[in-house]
Amino acid sequence: MNRQQVFVSVLAITVLVCCGSLLLNKTVSAAGEGKITGTVKLDGEAPHMKPIDMSKDPYCVKANPTPQKFQNVVAGSGGGLENVVLYISDGLSNPTESTAVQVFDQKNCMYSPHVLAMDIGQTFKVQTSDQTAHNIHPNPNPMTGNIPWNQSQPPGAPPVEKSWKATEFIEVKCNIHPWMHGWFAVVKGPYAVTDENGNFTIQNVPPGSYTVSAWQEVYGTQTAKVTVAAGGSAKADFTFKAK
Amino acid sequence: MSSKIFAVLVIVIALASAVPIIHHSFLGATVAPPQDISTHGYEIDKQMDETMLEAGLSFLAAQLVLGFFVWQFGGRKDGVLKNFPGGAKYLVLAAVLLVGAEVIALGAMGTKAWAKVYFDKPSADAMPVQVQAGQFAFYFHYPGPDGKFGTIHPEKIDEGSGNYFGLADDDPAAKDDIQSGEFVIPVNREIHLMMHGKDVGHSFYVRELRIQQDFVPGIDLSMHFTATKIGRYEIVCTQLCGLGHYNMKAYLNVMSQEDFDKWLKSQAG
Amino acid sequence: MPEQAVHVHQAPTGFIRKYVFSLDHKIIGLQYYALAFVAVFTGMVLSWLMRIHLVWPNAPIPGLGLLSKTGAPGGIVTPEYYLQLMTMHGTLMVFFVLTNAPFAAFGNYFLPIQIGAEDMAFPRFNMMSFWTTFIAFCVLVSAFFVGDGPPLSGWTAYAPLSAVGGDPGPGQAVGQTLWGLSIFIFCIASLLGSLNFIATTLDLRTKGMTLSRMPIVSWAWFITSCIALLAFAVLLPACLLLILDRVAGTSFFVPSGLNISDHMQPHQGGSPLLWQHLFWFFGHPEVYIAILPAIGIVSHILICNMRKDMLSHKVLVYCMMAIGFLSYMVWGHHMFLSGMNPFSALVFSFPTLVITIPATIMTLIWLGSLYGSNLRINSASLFCLGFISMFVSGGVSGFFLAQPSIDIYLHATYFVVGHFHMVMGVAAIMGVFAGTYFWFPKMTGRMMNETLGKWHFFLTFIGTYAIFMPFHYLGLAGNVRRYSAFTDDYLVPLVPVHKFITFAALFTGAAQLIFIFNLFYSRFKGAPAPANPWECTSLEWSTPSSPPPFDNFGGKHPVVYHDPYQYGVKSSTGDYLMQTSPEQAGQTP
Repeated sequence: MNRQQVFVSVLAITVLVCCGSLLLNKTVSAAGEGKITGTVKLDGEAPHMKPIDMSKDPYCVKANPTPQKFQNVVAGSGGGLENVVLYISDGLSNPTESTAVQVFDQKNCMYSPHVLAMDIGQTFKVQTSDQTAHNIHPNPNPMTGNIPWNQSQPPGAPPVEKSWKATEFIEVKCNIHPWMHGWFAVVKGPYAVTDENGNFTIQNVPPGSYTVSAWQEVYGTQTAKVTVAAGGSAKADFTFKAK
Repeated sequence: MSSKIFAVLVIVIALASAVPIIHHSFLGATVAPPQDISTHGYEIDKQMDETMLEAGLSFLAAQLVLGFFVWQFGGRKDGVLKNFPGGAKYLVLAAVLLVGAEVIALGAMGTKAWAKVYFDKPSADAMPVQVQAGQFAFYFHYPGPDGKFGTIHPEKIDEGSGNYFGLADDDPAAKDDIQSGEFVIPVNREIHLMMHGKDVGHSFYVRELRIQQDFVPGIDLSMHFTATKIGRYEIVCTQLCGLGHYNMKAYLNVMSQEDFDKWLKSQAG
Repeated sequence: MPEQAVHVHQAPTGFIRKYVFSLDHKIIGLQYYALAFVAVFTGMVLSWLMRIHLVWPNAPIPGLGLLSKTGAPGGIVTPEYYLQLMTMHGTLMVFFVLTNAPFAAFGNYFLPIQIGAEDMAFPRFNMMSFWTTFIAFCVLVSAFFVGDGPPLSGWTAYAPLSAVGGDPGPGQAVGQTLWGLSIFIFCIASLLGSLNFIATTLDLRTKGMTLSRMPIVSWAWFITSCIALLAFAVLLPACLLLILDRVAGTSFFVPSGLNISDHMQPHQGGSPLLWQHLFWFFGHPEVYIAILPAIGIVSHILICNMRKDMLSHKVLVYCMMAIGFLSYMVWGHHMFLSGMNPFSALVFSFPTLVITIPATIMTLIWLGSLYGSNLRINSASLFCLGFISMFVSGGVSGFFLAQPSIDIYLHATYFVVGHFHMVMGVAAIMGVFAGTYFWFPKMTGRMMNETLGKWHFFLTFIGTYAIFMPFHYLGLAGNVRRYSAFTDDYLVPLVPVHKFITFAALFTGAAQLIFIFNLFYSRFKGAPAPANPWECTSLEWSTPSSPPPFDNFGGKHPVVYHDPYQYGVKSSTGDYLMQTSPEQAGQTP
């Protein structure tokens, strides 16, 4: 089978499974899948994020009339912390697999989103919206079973489709534009990433008692215990202390 | 017939090849070194011009003689064989003496130009700047008001958060250091550039400055130069370093002393 | 004294022993030629892809996506794939074309015949060197089909880029290891080959064939094999150390404290400069391994076609020796800006400039010898004249690069690319073309088509100048080499020049189709060749048949009576006297 055929069949299966899970979701949700919501906040003053010096590539300078800032810690008004990954680290026996194909875009010489969370084996697409070549270089720990890769994407090149085999927080960078720095957060089971106000919702959680983990690239991981009732909504808030 | 074609061809090619060299232009593109903005560059330019003259004349002479002899003797049948007047001896002698003299003259003159770049020591009041090359960017490190560079810790380098040189939080010398992706310098001030390679081999090349030097991982080298003209110039990498080699560059921004001081202040803030 | 009869060696009859695992130096020579032929056209296609990408960076190239899905997604060449193509182009051309074609291919075929031997000194070694070279070729090409493709570190494979595994880029994992392995194997083959050449030259010369009676091209092969013996003997361990750094965790070429793409490297204590020294200690003599046989071939063919000896072909031999000797003292001129002690730059610069002297002597002897000659114009002699023109053009640009002060500006620019392509690439290939047109009748028994040959020459001559002369202009403008795209502000205006070069490259490459056609057409349909079509004096033209029988001289050992180039004399054969003719030369008219 050549690549195209594989692609088409993967696509077909993906669509089927998506439709199937949509149908299932309806029934299962009715039968009792709940969700976990909450807010992640930063206690204290957010560290100063320097503006990014993109002077090496005039294309990037032009694409960002107001300079971008580094995104290691992005705190919204009211102390909400963005880009925190929430996932169930303990208590889940048979997680349903997430199958939606997510997009990791290279736009204006930045990664969008900065953190892309995904399930094990979940396909994601890396694409470029820029008129300058990028290379995508994730650096997983090979001991986990995730295999590192490094591949360029010139303007107009087709998207790269990939997935990861094991849970890991994988740094990804562009060597051509070394400030471009993001994360692939590979987790098992349902997950969520906080929005600019620090809010999140983990959908499709079967009833039960769980340990929920919140991971932030600078501040590390915090956990909380929650119990989700059938069809109900549990709440878990986290606070990271600014260093 | 073929001999005449060859003779004409070789002469036409030789003359045509010389035209862009003399006119500094080919197909509308400027094909000559840009104006020199350094204090040492004129020696290199002079050496280049001398060599161009001598090499160019040798080139033209050899091609024209080749064309002429082939025109004259190519395709000749049963002519009386003649030997070049004087035979091999005089040709060897001429080559040894003429080229030998040229070699010694150019070698000696070139040494002067080379010495200006490599043997003169930077003056004591030269402004020190560190440059680090890594895949695929140059970064510049200014010591700040204390005049001391923070120590480079390769394992602490984090380009994703702006710590290009891996400076440590607890290093007092690093507190006021400035890390920049642009090489900003004051005009007419000698710069002492200390070069550090982060990963693989790279090179630092500024055409207008007549400066090129490799970064050698594991060996910290240094260069010194003075830029004499305000402007923005490109610094490019000339040592094959990987897929982003073609896009490994930075800008050299030569400013007046006042503008430079302003820039330093804005960076410190 | 008449030729001596010796016992006749029976030629093998089976296909495998005759054409595949043959011990016959002539078949092995042809095998080398065929390998170089495949390599040169592969390399040429790679250069086309590179040239096309440089001027139409976003144009998908049909079919390329199938060769590499990650390197050329949808046929669009990525920056890394450009460098991978470039690395393979350089490696194929330098090792498998320029080392093989003028030296191993023609040398194998004609050195034993020219000195009157039945075969090489060690026929089994000879077979082994070819098949080892073939394995090296297969290992190299296999890099196209592994993981993320061939290495991207260039044919010079500078450490640490080449020595630390996959962190610094695609192709640097398996691909780079295969590259090191391939060159390692190639070194073994070349060492075996050059030993064989030396032993053959020294031990198997026939009666009367003193060293001074050897044709100049045999001298060239002999000197080249001496150079190759010393040069490859250094590259061999260097490659071994490189492979050890990569697979065994040693640190010969990698210093401590390297952070490559956020990975701290586990190495410590090595020196990247060590690789450069070892590589260029081989690398510079390698240039002469490519060019000296071509110099020999061209001189040999020119003498025959001028119908008179060079003013002094012995001076040419001395010049080749001088160049060979000097070639070991100049490797540092590749490293003026590498960070080695700046004093040593001056030390390396001087012998480099001194090489100009023997090179100038050779040029003057060629030019001076053309004067007053009855120069016959045919495809072979035209390629010789083209060689001289290219040798001069490529030589004078060397005068710039030999000077460290000028090198500050021109180092790593297209000026360098233009220089070595002209003097080492085009000139040497012109020597190979000349040799092909000249010896084809002897190798196949048929003549090549002269009209096609002349068209081939003129189009190639114009085309190569159109490609490589503008490289020098680009260099003067500071255009850096090994860039897969021109994004810098000062490079964008130079793109029209690159377009011109790309068109010239496509044109010149297409002109080679004439040669390929001529080669195959003449092989089967060419006019039958007389025994000595060019009326030459050397021994290869006194074999009883074309191609020569298995033992070259049909069970006889020829006896040599004269210096190699008895032209312009009165004899029973006309204006020349074969080396094997016992007749005494008449007067030089």
